[in-house]
Amino acid sequence: MQRYSLFSLARNALTGHRDWQAVWRSPPLGKRYDVVIVGAGGHGLATAYYLARNHDITRVAVLERGWLGGGNVARNTVTIRSNYLRDESIPFYVKSVSLYRDLSRELNFNLMFSQRSMIDVVQTYPRLRDIKRRMLNMDLHGASYEVLDVDELRRRIPALTGGGPRSRLPIIAGMAHRNAGVARHDAVAWGYARAADARGIELHQHTEVTGFERGGRGEITGVQTSRGTVQTNKVAICVSGHTRTLTDGLGLRLPLQSFNLTAFVSEPVKPLIDVVVNMPDSHCYLSQSDKGELVIGGGVDPGISFRRGIKEGVFEDTVTAVLEMFPALQRLKLLRQWGGTLDTASDSSPIVSRTDIPGLYVSAGWWGGFKAIPAGGLTLAHLIANDAPHPLIEPFSLNRFRSLDFVLETGTTAR
Amino acid sequence: MLLIPCPWCGARDEKEFENGGPARVPRPDPTAMTDEAWVDYLLIRPSHPGALRERWWHVHGCGQWFELWRDTVTHDFLDAPDER
Amino acid sequence: MNAERRRLPAGGRIDRGRRLRFSFDGRELTGCGGDTLASALLANGVTLTGRSFKYHRPRGIQGAGFEEPATLVQLEGADDATNLPVTRVALHDGLVARSVNCWPSASFDLGGVAQRFSALLPAGFYYKTFMWPNWHWYEPFIRRAAGLGRAPRDARKLRYETRFDHCDVLVVGAGPAGLMAALAAGASGARVLLVDDDHSPGGRLLGDNAIIDGAPAATWVDGAVARLDAMDNVLRLADATAWAYHEHNLVLVTERSPEGPVFQRTRRVRARRVVLATGAIERPLVFDNNDLPGVMLASAVRVYVNRYAVRPGDRAVVFTNNDSAYATALDLLTAGADVAAVVDVRSAAPGALTERVRRAGIDVLAGAQVTTAHGGRRLAGVLLSPPGGVSQRIDCDLLCVSGGWNPAVHLFSQARGELRFDAVSSAFVPGDSAQANACAGSSNGTSGLADCLHEGSEAGMRAARDAGFDGSVLEVPPVKDDGPAAPLEPCWHVETPAGNGKAFVDIQNDVTLQDLELARREGYGAVEHVKRYTTAGMGVDQGKTGNVNVIGALAQRAGESLETVGTTTFRPPYVPVEFGAIAGQRPGPEYLPYRHTPMTGWHKAHGAVMYEAGARWRRPGYYPQPGETFQQAVNRESEAVREAVGMYDGSPLGKFEIKGRDAVALLELVYTNNWHNLAVGTGRYGLMLTDTGLILDDGVTFRLGGHRYLMSTSTANAGEIYRHLEQILQVERPGWQVLVTPVTAQWANATVCGPLARDVLTATGTDIDLDAADFPFMHMREGQVAGLPARVYRVSFTGELSFEVNVPARHGLALWEALMAAGEPFGITPVGSEASHVLRVEKGFLSLGHEVDGTADPCDLGLGWVMSRRKPDFIGKRAVDIRRNRGGPRRELVGLLPENHAELMIEGAPITPGGRKCASEGFVSACVWSVVRRRTVALGLLRNGRARIGEWVHVRMLDRVVRAQVTQPVFHDPEGRWLRG
Repeated sequence: MQRYSLFSLARNALTGHRDWQAVWRSPPLGKRYDVVIVGAGGHGLATAYYLARNHDITRVAVLERGWLGGGNVARNTVTIRSNYLRDESIPFYVKSVSLYRDLSRELNFNLMFSQRSMIDVVQTYPRLRDIKRRMLNMDLHGASYEVLDVDELRRRIPALTGGGPRSRLPIIAGMAHRNAGVARHDAVAWGYARAADARGIELHQHTEVTGFERGGRGEITGVQTSRGTVQTNKVAICVSGHTRTLTDGLGLRLPLQSFNLTAFVSEPVKPLIDVVVNMPDSHCYLSQSDKGELVIGGGVDPGISFRRGIKEGVFEDTVTAVLEMFPALQRLKLLRQWGGTLDTASDSSPIVSRTDIPGLYVSAGWWGGFKAIPAGGLTLAHLIANDAPHPLIEPFSLNRFRSLDFVLETGTTAR
Repeated sequence: MLLIPCPWCGARDEKEFENGGPARVPRPDPTAMTDEAWVDYLLIRPSHPGALRERWWHVHGCGQWFELWRDTVTHDFLDAPDER
Repeated sequence: MNAERRRLPAGGRIDRGRRLRFSFDGRELTGCGGDTLASALLANGVTLTGRSFKYHRPRGIQGAGFEEPATLVQLEGADDATNLPVTRVALHDGLVARSVNCWPSASFDLGGVAQRFSALLPAGFYYKTFMWPNWHWYEPFIRRAAGLGRAPRDARKLRYETRFDHCDVLVVGAGPAGLMAALAAGASGARVLLVDDDHSPGGRLLGDNAIIDGAPAATWVDGAVARLDAMDNVLRLADATAWAYHEHNLVLVTERSPEGPVFQRTRRVRARRVVLATGAIERPLVFDNNDLPGVMLASAVRVYVNRYAVRPGDRAVVFTNNDSAYATALDLLTAGADVAAVVDVRSAAPGALTERVRRAGIDVLAGAQVTTAHGGRRLAGVLLSPPGGVSQRIDCDLLCVSGGWNPAVHLFSQARGELRFDAVSSAFVPGDSAQANACAGSSNGTSGLADCLHEGSEAGMRAARDAGFDGSVLEVPPVKDDGPAAPLEPCWHVETPAGNGKAFVDIQNDVTLQDLELARREGYGAVEHVKRYTTAGMGVDQGKTGNVNVIGALAQRAGESLETVGTTTFRPPYVPVEFGAIAGQRPGPEYLPYRHTPMTGWHKAHGAVMYEAGARWRRPGYYPQPGETFQQAVNRESEAVREAVGMYDGSPLGKFEIKGRDAVALLELVYTNNWHNLAVGTGRYGLMLTDTGLILDDGVTFRLGGHRYLMSTSTANAGEIYRHLEQILQVERPGWQVLVTPVTAQWANATVCGPLARDVLTATGTDIDLDAADFPFMHMREGQVAGLPARVYRVSFTGELSFEVNVPARHGLALWEALMAAGEPFGITPVGSEASHVLRVEKGFLSLGHEVDGTADPCDLGLGWVMSRRKPDFIGKRAVDIRRNRGGPRRELVGLLPENHAELMIEGAPITPGGRKCASEGFVSACVWSVVRRRTVALGLLRNGRARIGEWVHVRMLDRVVRAQVTQPVFHDPEGRWLRG
């Protein structure tokens, strides 16, 4: 792998940048692999990388229907955080954040991971209680979450001029999540892809998986693709949003449903907001990218959807909520909006698991899966290599649904 | 925002409705089912690209629950398969 | 000083009588009414108007409309706005503008030093460096360098508005096709909405000098507009941009300068049919230094000459691969400029046109290309490579380029319409529609004016017919035409010898051909990869001029068709839209309306601190008296209830009247316990689960009569419960005869509680016998209280004797005031939700927001007694069984007494084995200062808690570990003597 550095950049500048190598190869599709990963998104590519790095499994093909890194890793709001509620979840996300911290140098690809911290803006007392509970639970697992009073909150986010004492939902406190941050989403996919490729893993774009080959015990023996059949005994499905499109045909019954989640960016402006601002009581969040765009996200569109589209209702409410808190942004302009398909499990927690079909593994149900990419890849690789779950993902196995043993992160009641 | 053809009120804006999720079989008798079948009934809902029968509640209108077929890729409302 | 030295002496659609002063980058200048900032700058001979995003190269004005990629400006003062294409700023007196992303000015920009390092800054350079020691070292500099303009700071309340709109036919674009479409549809009687982005209707005719019906096009436009404006069924909006096209023909249109006091207005237009007559955007040509000030789109030059009476240069070269730019050459000549040559990529230049141009004295160089533009701060000349000849240089200060036309298919594509690549025009044109729409005119890939008019008329007629009107084709006025255009020869970029110049494919984001090449070389081959790696098309202009050239260049290099390479996704908005215009004027209380009880005014007048109580209700949290701390106020209120009497406003509690033959069956299904044996006039606590066995809600339901019940729910969940009940009744049990009526807001509720509650009610005056024997706990009575018709319920959420007095909402305040007056001698105290919380914790009553954690089931919470064993089924029963059958330890509700009596533990604090930093074994769900125990008490959920009564456990806070003893979860009156009293 060609090393990237300021030095190599300078040296290549002298030759007009004509000597840069391709970041990944385009090998012919082989006949047999030890592992086939379906989906060259963040999780699929990370899994491939850790299979090679941690388990020396390199006869691996990552098959991608479209273009590499084109799934939800290309269309999220790039927030990386670990402010979870449950003992089952926190360690997993703490691990993911810590992997992110060293990832640029490990992959020799600048992911622009920036721990600029996230600040929750609290506007109701039940929220304050929930968030303090998170704070204490996170502390058990080494993640920090710190209460801010309103003055300190406004000092850290000077542009936050709404939410005053006379507003509809006055701000009552803040919570700073120091380890949280953002990274450049495409770079995560490309960085993992390049590093995986360098370790001998094959990435095949425009290779759609159309079916599976099964053996006498029902076990996986291969996958059928738009470019022919490939033999393998282990298949990992990492196709967020479309998992059941592949698994329903196998007779697997996965408790997943797909929804459309949208986000949008403003025109780029000079630095205005330093941190990720999360406003859970107003159902919106935003951060400013290095390019200067405000990246804004809100709630999910109602109804099952496989359309990466924009629906008007939720979007308008999100804009309204943002302006309620940042009234001076009224004249800032919307530049681009987009949607992504996510699948969510019955309890809204992820699934990283074996299945009833020997040799078939799934990683699905990611909601905000971008932050989970390193730990998701690391643990799925462990699961594939050992056919036994990594301790961090034991709670996220499919088995939990048999006894309705949910890992509930969303709220504390049934809703 | 969809334009939803309420069978009682005609086409109305989605803002007047709540989505009730995919339509499902009537709630079976749990005492006649195995644990596994019951969990399956509880957790496994239709979710696929294409025609999906789903429920809507015209909460800010006539108050009726009803079912419609919708294409989950295009959002177009469709005739029920037996009417097509 | 020679003001507006490039203004033509006559012509144009400007108001020469209206002189406007404005300032640009600190220079004081003047313009005319009708000018844009761009035309005024060009009139003043200001050519260097901006600096580029990455390299800070000098830039000028390239376009004339929203496609402008090169110059973005910041408006100061009352106009406060940023990143506006200079071409889209209407000039007004006193306008203050500066170019973005340069300092101190575009003309003298210190950032220009970046050009020296440009070799180090190829596409994606930041992925390859800035890793050591870490990105945080470099990021602040990058952030400051990026970002273009400064965010607007204007927080004055601007009057934005949103509204719904409906029409039979929406016509987008008031160019020739759009005007004809609107005329044809309007003539049918259909309700027509015609919107256009420009201030003046006419579209491309504004920059044209076409002859329609024997007169200048402007005359025809004025006539058409007059006819449209005279039709009652047609609404025409100017300065109104359709920017999003969603499902079911929902089109968002934002008016930037509506009439009246509204600042901007967004219409959510639901149209039965849509005609997209959005025109076409000219493509630039790509060659070395094609970004120099003085290089302009040929069509834009015509607009400046014909519409604004400005001659953008004195000596021009026209560089084209198609016919349309020939008119630019002729117009420039008319405007008094020298036209050195028309350089036509095609070896067979069009006969008739060439003839006309040559006759006018302009040299036509067929089969030639401009390979490089020369100049420092502005264009000084171009280098040509004629076919087979040696390259030659022509001095000029204006280069008009045209690489063909891209139909503005953005809205069509947003509407899921398919695009196909048309080899004749070398452009992506609309294919099959996916919604009820049609494209007409140049947005459909049609070029000739006569054809555009025809298509518009046809599309308007069809749209009206499809919408149910009797449309007929309007006759199209005769047009003086140049005859059929000669075919265009695609030229995605000029092949240039490796030089030092940069050939830009995306002017705004400083993306060069070399960058595309690098992306390809490195494997970022898919069009989306290229876009993301190089940032091509990601600027404020979203690649309106550049994107197809990018696709063309990629296709050429890959040896594929443009169709195979494909476009990137067209996403809203078509042009940037202010957030204020999207939200409209919806301040908090409008999008989250307050819900008030009849007593809210009283609470506020008596100093209550109001809390958000769920479902948008506000409730008093506590009523501090002067000088009182929070804790003192809560203690006082709690003590009043325990020792004398208190009163709280229970009106927000959800209430449903349920009646019908099968009402009891509904209760049996949704509640976990038995309801068949509930006597009339009595009530029962009920617990509702979801079918997955999670707790949904709890509350008390009374039987009012034979088949009549009144169900109460928690405040926040009322809406959810209504949905739950209705769904069951309409979907699961349509045969049942039950009617559910939400009556939450119909009843006001004042709950009088405490040992003296009965005395207060008696003193208030009631015909209800309050004696405990006649009116026991969990019973209800109807009668009069304070002369008002009332329902009185004996329920208690405080553990004390308690009467819940309900009266019709209109009497709520009267009741409250009567009770307060009558209660005064007894020391009646208004009580907020904080004291209620203390009282319920002392009593060990549950609260959904606290103890009900997704991991706890009813049995864990000590509610096993509410789980009927008699009923074979109720919603959630099977799921609870399945979960419990799994075995394993459960977290159970316990009381907790901290070792230090004054220790207030944070609600939610985890309990861990030995207080270590490890996974928890439970948590504190609630902790209060108990007025009866004179110490803090807490409730919590603890693994195997019921078996651990008496044990000490460890509650872990951030800075310390608190020891607490496990007790029964009740701290006051465990036998319930007081509440039954």
